[in-house]
Formats: sequence, C-alpha cells, structure tokens
Amino acid sequence: MELILSLGIGILVGSGVWLLLRPRTYQIIIGLGLLSYAVNLFIFSVGRLVMDRPPVTQAGVRVDPAAFADPVPQALILTAIVIGFATTALFLVILLAARGLTGTDHVDGEEPDR
Amino acid sequence: MNSENLLLLLILLPFAGSALAALLPANARNTEAWLSGCITITAFAIVVYLYPSISAGEILRNEIEWLPGSDLNFTLRMDGFAWMFSILVTGIGFLVVLYARYYMSPEDPVPRFFSFLLAFAGAMQGIVISGNLILLAIFWELTSIFSFLLIGYWHHNTAARDGARMSLIVTGTGGLCLLAGLVLLGYITDSYDLDHVLAAGNTIREHELYVPVLVLILLGALTKSAQFPFHFWLPNAMAAPTPVSAYLHSATMVKAGVFLLTRLWPVLSGTDEWFLLLGLAGMSSLLLSAYFAIFQQDLKGLLAYSTISHLGLITTLLSFGSPLAAVAAIFHMLNHATFKASLFMAAGIIDHEAGTRDMRKLSGLFSFMPITATLAMVASAAMAGVPLLNGFLSKEMFFSETLGQHSGSVLDSVLPYAATLAGAFSVTYSIRFIHTVFFGPKPLGLPREPHEPPHWMRRPIEFLVLACLIIGIVPGITIGPYLHTAVTSVLREYTPLYSLAVWHGINTPLIMSMTALIGGALLYLMLQNYLAQSEDGPPGIRQLKGQRIFERSLVTLSWRWARWMEDTFGTQRLQPQLFLVIFIALIAGCWPFLGTDPAFNLESTTGMDPAFAVLWGIGIACALGAAYQAKYHRLAALILMGGAGLVTCITFVWFSAPDLAVTQLLVEIVTTVLILLGLRWLPKRMEQIDDATTLIARTRRLRDFVLAVSCGGGMTLIAYTIMTNAELPETIAGFFLERAYSEGGGSNVVNVILVDFRGFDTFGEITVLGIVALTVYALLRRFRPAPDSIEIPEQQRIQNDFDDRHPNRKVGETVHDYLMVPAVLMQWMFPFIILLAVYFFLRGHDLPGGGFAAGITLAIGLLLQYLASDTRWVEDRLRILPVRWIGLGLLLAALTGMGSWLFGFPFLTSHSTYLEIPLIGKIPVATALFFDLGVLLLVVGATALMLIAIAHQSIRSHRARAIESAKTQEDD
Repeated sequence: MELILSLGIGILVGSGVWLLLRPRTYQIIIGLGLLSYAVNLFIFSVGRLVMDRPPVTQAGVRVDPAAFADPVPQALILTAIVIGFATTALFLVILLAARGLTGTDHVDGEEPDR
Repeated sequence: MNSENLLLLLILLPFAGSALAALLPANARNTEAWLSGCITITAFAIVVYLYPSISAGEILRNEIEWLPGSDLNFTLRMDGFAWMFSILVTGIGFLVVLYARYYMSPEDPVPRFFSFLLAFAGAMQGIVISGNLILLAIFWELTSIFSFLLIGYWHHNTAARDGARMSLIVTGTGGLCLLAGLVLLGYITDSYDLDHVLAAGNTIREHELYVPVLVLILLGALTKSAQFPFHFWLPNAMAAPTPVSAYLHSATMVKAGVFLLTRLWPVLSGTDEWFLLLGLAGMSSLLLSAYFAIFQQDLKGLLAYSTISHLGLITTLLSFGSPLAAVAAIFHMLNHATFKASLFMAAGIIDHEAGTRDMRKLSGLFSFMPITATLAMVASAAMAGVPLLNGFLSKEMFFSETLGQHSGSVLDSVLPYAATLAGAFSVTYSIRFIHTVFFGPKPLGLPREPHEPPHWMRRPIEFLVLACLIIGIVPGITIGPYLHTAVTSVLREYTPLYSLAVWHGINTPLIMSMTALIGGALLYLMLQNYLAQSEDGPPGIRQLKGQRIFERSLVTLSWRWARWMEDTFGTQRLQPQLFLVIFIALIAGCWPFLGTDPAFNLESTTGMDPAFAVLWGIGIACALGAAYQAKYHRLAALILMGGAGLVTCITFVWFSAPDLAVTQLLVEIVTTVLILLGLRWLPKRMEQIDDATTLIARTRRLRDFVLAVSCGGGMTLIAYTIMTNAELPETIAGFFLERAYSEGGGSNVVNVILVDFRGFDTFGEITVLGIVALTVYALLRRFRPAPDSIEIPEQQRIQNDFDDRHPNRKVGETVHDYLMVPAVLMQWMFPFIILLAVYFFLRGHDLPGGGFAAGITLAIGLLLQYLASDTRWVEDRLRILPVRWIGLGLLLAALTGMGSWLFGFPFLTSHSTYLEIPLIGKIPVATALFFDLGVLLLVVGATALMLIAIAHQSIRSHRARAIESAKTQEDD
C-alpha cells in the first residue's frame, strides 16, 4: 500500500511539474491541480496510513489516541482543499483576463518568436 | 479615574481622534480644529492632573500583558522626565493645532492633515511614556511614518515628496538600527522592561556587547535628532506645512532622539566611547550647522539648521557624562522647544502674509506687522542667548560645562573655544533673521501686501514668547520645581546641586557669552552685504550637500544597480523562472540527504490490497494522460484530472479520512464546473497547425522531463520513507483526540479542530477565501473576451440554424430544450440538495460533514440550477446575493469569536452543551456550531460568487456581440 501510494504521489508530482513548465496557461492550471492532489496526499501520508479507524471518537468512552488516525493532517488538508479551489478559480480568471487582454494563452502574454 | 487608566487614555485619545478626524468631510476646517484642539487640551489637562503624584517622586505605571512569554508587554510608565516631555508634546501640540487652524487654507484637504497630526502626537506621546523597549521602538517607527506623511502632505509638490522620502529613509533606517540595539540591550539585561534596564547600568557598560549596542542606539538617536552626518534630512523636511515644522522641530521628532539619549543616559554614559562618538557628532552638528545657518536664504532653512545646531548642543552636553551637563541638556530641551516653536510659527506668518520666505526679497516688515516682529525678536534673542531670556540660562550652563575635564585629551582645551564660536554663529544668524526681515527699506515686489495675521494665529506665539521671558527672568520660581522633578527622575541619587539664577557674578561663562554676543554681532556686520545677494548655502562648500550625496547613492543603489541586476539575472519569461524555482526546490529537498545512507524499510504495515493497486493504476494513468493531453485536448485533460481527483478521494476513504473524502468529492465537482465554464474563452488549438518542433524546443522538453522525473522520484522516495518509518514520534494528535469530546463537545475530531481548537486558523482561512472570491468577482467585472471567443459557440449555432430551417420552431427553442430531462431532474433535486447540506452541517460536529462540506454542497445545489436552465431564468426566480453571504458569514464567525469576550474568555473560546428538541432528540449545541455556520455561509457565498461571475460572462458576451454588430452596421 505504502509503495503504491508513494508511487502515485511521485507520478502526480512529476506530471504536475512537467505541466508547470509548459508554455500554455491551461497546462499550468491542470498542472497545479495535479500538484495539489500530490501535496495533499503527501501531507496526509505523514500521519501514516491507517485503515478503518477514522478520528471520530465515541461519547463518554475514554479515548486511546493510538486507536485513531491522526486528525491533525486531516484538518490541515481539509481547509487546503477548499482554499485550493479558490486559488484555482483565481488563476482561471487571471488566465482568461490575460487571454482577453493579450489575445494569446501563452504564459508570457505574447507568442514566442519563431 | 485612576492614574493608570489616564496613562492609557493619553495614548488612546490622539489615535482615536486621528481616526475620527479622517472621517470628517474635506471642508470641515473648524470642526477638525475643534476636535484636535479638544483632544490635545484634554491630554494636556491629564498630564497636568498627574503632576502631584509625579512630583512626589512616584513612577506611574500601567502594564497590559501582550506577549508576556517574550517579555513584551504594553507597559506605560511616566516619571518626571517623561512628564516634562508629555507637557511639551501635548501643550505645544495644542498651540500647533490652534495655529494650524489659521495657517491651513480652505482648499487644503484638512482631514488628512489633522488626522496625521494627531496620530503623530500620539506616537510621540507613546515614545515618551513607553515602559518597554520594544514598545518604544514601535512608537519610534510610528513617528517616522507619520512624519513622512506630514512632510509629504502637499504631495503635488516635488520638494515635499523628496523631503518626505528622505526623512523616512534616514529615520526609518535609524529606527531599524535602534530596534537591533534595543533588542541587544534587552538581551544583556535579560528584560525589555525599562525599569529593569535602567537598574542595570554597570552590567551594560561592562558587557562585551556594549560597543555594538551603543553604536546601534546612537545610530537610531542621531538620525532622529538630525545630527551630523545624518543632518541633511531636516532642512529638506521644511517642505512640510509650517505648523508641522514647528511641531517637528520643537517638541517632537528631533527631540525624540535626545529624549532617548537622556533616557538611557544613566546606563550608557560615562565611557570613552560614549564621549567620543556622541561628542564628535554633537560638536560637529553644533558648529557646522550654526555656520551653515548663517548662509541660508530661506527663513525655514535658517531655522532648520539652527535646530540641528541646538540639538548638537544638547548632544554635546549629554556626551560629557557629568550630571550637571545632563541637567543643562534637559533644561535646554525645554527652552529650545519654546523659542523654536514660536520662531517657526512667526516664519509661517511671514510666509503666509508676505507670500515668500526668501530673505533676499523680505525687508522692512516691521511697519506692516509690528506685533509679530516684536514677538519674533524676543524669540530669536532667546535663540541667540541674550540675558534675561531662557536661552541664555541653558547656554550659560553649557559654557561652564565645556570648561571641565572630559577625556584629558586635546579636545578639552579646544571645547570652550569651539563652544564660544558656535555661540557667536548663533548670534549672527539670529540677528540676520530679525534684521533682514523686519528692518531696512520697504520691501519691493512681494507677492502679497503684508499685514498682521488674524488675532488667534498670533496667540500661540505670544504664549510661548511669554514663557521665554518669564523663565528667563525668574527661572528659580517658575520652571525650577518642574525641572527638578525631571532631573531627579533621570539622575536619581546623582542629582547634583545646581542653581537657576540669572546672575552668578562675573565668571568665565559670562565672559564667553559676552564674547559670543559681540563677536556674532560684528560677524553679521561684516557679512551683511554679502548675504544680501549671495546664493543659498555656505560659501566654498555649497556644492557639497548631504542631500546630493544621499540622492546619488539612492539612485545608484535603487536604480543603476537594480537595473544591472535585472539585466544580468532577470528574465521576463515565466518558464525559465519556474524552472529555476523548481530546480532550486529540488536541490534544497535533496540537500539534507546528501551523504546519508538511506535505510529503506520494505516492510509494509498495511499489507497489500490488489484493488488498491488497480485503483492507483487508474490514478497514475489519469495523471499521465492529463499531462499529455493538456495542450490539445483540454476537455480530455480536465476529465482525466478529475479522475486523478476521484482516486485521491477514494484514497482518503480507504485510509480513515471520511471528512476529507467528502470535501474532496464536492470540491472536485465545483472545480470541474469552474474550469468547464472557462474552457469556452480559450483559443482553439489544433495539433496539426502548430507543430514546429525545433531542436531547441526538443532539448528544452528533455530538460523539463528530466526535472519532472527527478521531482517525482524524489517525492516517491521521501513519501515512502516517511510512511514506512514504523514509529510515529509523539505528536499533538493525542491532545486533540483526548480533548475533542470532553472540551470541544464533539466527537468528530477533525471538525472540532477546525471550528474550536484551531478556530482562529480557520477564521483566517475563510477570510482568505472571501478575499479571493471578491478578487475573482472584481477581475471579471473588467473582463473583455478575446475577439475570436465572442461568437456564439458552434453547437448553439447549429441548433439555431436547425430552428431557422423549420418554420414551426422559434430560434432558441432547441437550445432551450436541449438536455430537458436532466434539467428537470436537476430542478427537482434542489430541495434535496439543500436538505443534504443541512444534514452535513448539523452532524458535522460529531460525524463526518461540517461547514465546509455543507457550504460547498449548497453551492452545488445553486450551481445545478444555473446548469439546468439559463442564467436569466434562474435569476428571475432566485435572488442570490453571494457578496452578502460572504459578509454575513465572516461577521457571524467573528461575532461568535467575540462573544467569548463577554464572559471574559479569549477570542473564539467555545462552549458546548446538548439541547433536547422534540422529535429530533438530543443535538449538540456548541458555540462552535455558530462559527461553523459562519464558515458555511461564507463558503456558499464565495463558491457561488466565483462560479456565477464566470457564468455571467456569456450574458455579457451577448451584449458585447450586440455592440460589435451595431458598430459594423454604423460603419456600413
């Protein structure tokens, strides 16, 4: 499981980085999306992989911290997911506005000299 | 009210007044003046009221905890010396306000002026009564900032802008040095508390860091007090409105430097370094600036240089390290404030009534404004040190101090002569000021016909000049007791015996005074003709201006070097920049592992599940596919990215993170819709058209590919090493798990962390979310689509053509009927989605769900309506005001947080209980629930605002099309 997930994270990062270095704005927005999955999964995995033990305690029962998945990375990622959406939206709008103003979707706002 | 609260009030009043003044209408000159006047006079009254306890030797304190762990408290502390300065700050502040009422013209935007002036007074008051070194540094910087704003008040004027910038750079840099010095001082004495520091004089002087501390603090103080070689900013600051100059030069700003030197005098003085550094700076300022002042042609310029010179006198006195010299220094601060404020005000009146400050043009004004002239004469006589005026007394004390032994070097024998010479210079420029302006022939070619100013404009000067006279004639019974209070609070057990009498018999200081008076007068007679037509500035070294050197270095540093750096290392292109950033990140990430032997633990703790392998097989394929397709097949790339997102989501479910899975799934939906909405505005791109792969492009791709693979591989290694590292170190997870139910009242620990334990973080995050949404909205208001995207999409065109061909169909019907069945379904689902959102929200505290998930769900519900029918149809039936949702959500979250203040708990302390509701049963009601509701509202608002704003673009493009076609018709 760990091997598969870490391979998955690696591929997501690789694809994301590759797209970040591409010249078209749309490629970058997809790249950032993939990269944010990878980062979220990585932070999540720092809390170790735990199955069937969600951090939902039972009322009135003494809590044994070892019996639950780590809630801290989860709380961190939860807001990160939402903020990630917001920044994607912001980037999309800038992308569209830049395209409207410059007439091109190249990241530099102008087509490279050929 | 007790004295502690009064101290706090002294700080709060001016700042509150400043905020209020800023809100008044632009032409409310009288209201502004009344407000500012009331505030300064109230502050003055408070200071006066505090005198009985101060004179009894008491030190008033008010300590409010701020960061007690770092020994950083909001400590206010007033002793005799601080009291004396508070009188100056508030008293002269009041007079300046009164004067400014008549000085500022009705066209000036007065709210800005009075607002800055009050805030500046508050900052200065803060320096004076700070009881904590760091707090003092904060107020110190505030005075720099507000003086910058005040000097640049007439910002349409180049001189004002340059002067303001120069003063900010010089005093701001000095302020940073001061902060470093104060931090070191706190390190040496182990406390930032002023009382603690003042009691540790010997520790400080013997510490090995004494010299760095001294140099840093002196840099701060000397830049502020405009001492040589940092003096050049002060003459340039005269571009400020004259009331500001009067205030800056008398009670505030430049006095802050000498105030601090006096404050720290007991612990820093008495060493050779102190004497040499401070003495040299002081003597050079005293002598050079007095010399420069003689040759100024601008009235305010003359006064500015004389300020530097007089502050040099104070600095020199402080450098001696003898208690008697310190007494003289404190006394001179007071005297200088009175006569310099009145002189600046007089100069302002002359400028105001005659229309110029150039001494080559001014002449014979005595007959036009006899009263102002008389007042100015008395004040400048005080500046020159004429007997029976206050300036004489402190200057006499200075002369007698220069006669003593200080370092045993040649400096000792030079000092009395240098002091006498500087005294003579000050007599010369004082006579020049009076003689050129008020005497001689009638002025020719003045811009205005001069006359006496309004009655009340002169009142402040009259008052100050009266003070000069009274203190000068009967010092012992007027100023004596107050001065003594100030002196004893600084010098404590070292307070020397001194007498403030006018007549001490014929002694060396008196002879020095007389020499200076006669010599200065003779010098003026000699220079009179030359000065009548000379250029501005001292002869010989006119070219050598501190200002010019400063500006040259500024240009070199911030323009030439910056340009060179940019040309050499910079690029405007994004790709190389991103490449470098990622490359450096990769190197930085690998750095710690260099030379270590990575021990991989190949034993998995969670076993292996083939289903999971298949799942990630799909995920990996999606990621690679998205990377491959993003250029030419955008829709495919978007779908593939969504696939990777779903795999991520399932992974969260797999490894016990239901909350994340829910949120991820919902966000995935809105992200996809968002990008779908954007796709329409992107240019067409065909694989066949632009396929020009040159060798360079191929190499670049190979390079990028290698980097991408290295990053991916590195992340795999790190992630794998971490995940298989068997033992988790002790983390804070246990703390949250154990206390989630007992203290947060909820069993879903992730949600309790978000809305309770780390509620403040969440508050910040939703604020960011709101800001981003508003930014998106604002950006789209100005959105102009590219010309080739304005046309109706191809599909709609085909559908409309179809309607056109059939006589029994109206154009637009097909578009409308398109996806009819799903549209009806989506409309029917609306109430159920709302129900789902409510369900998510209510169970959030105990089970997976919560405000974030519920908010996005609700937003999706709204969004589906937009998808199902066209925008106008929805908006005719459903009024959504997302901006209000955002505002309401933020407000609710903030109010919930503040609610805990009512019960005396810190911001966002939550309280929880269970409520029995018929039919539904027991539900948990924590105040955190309201906070979560705020989160929900904001998330709905933000998501809806962004998506609707983008969706609206298609309506606007209808309009753009209409305008376009109207134009073409007109052209035809």
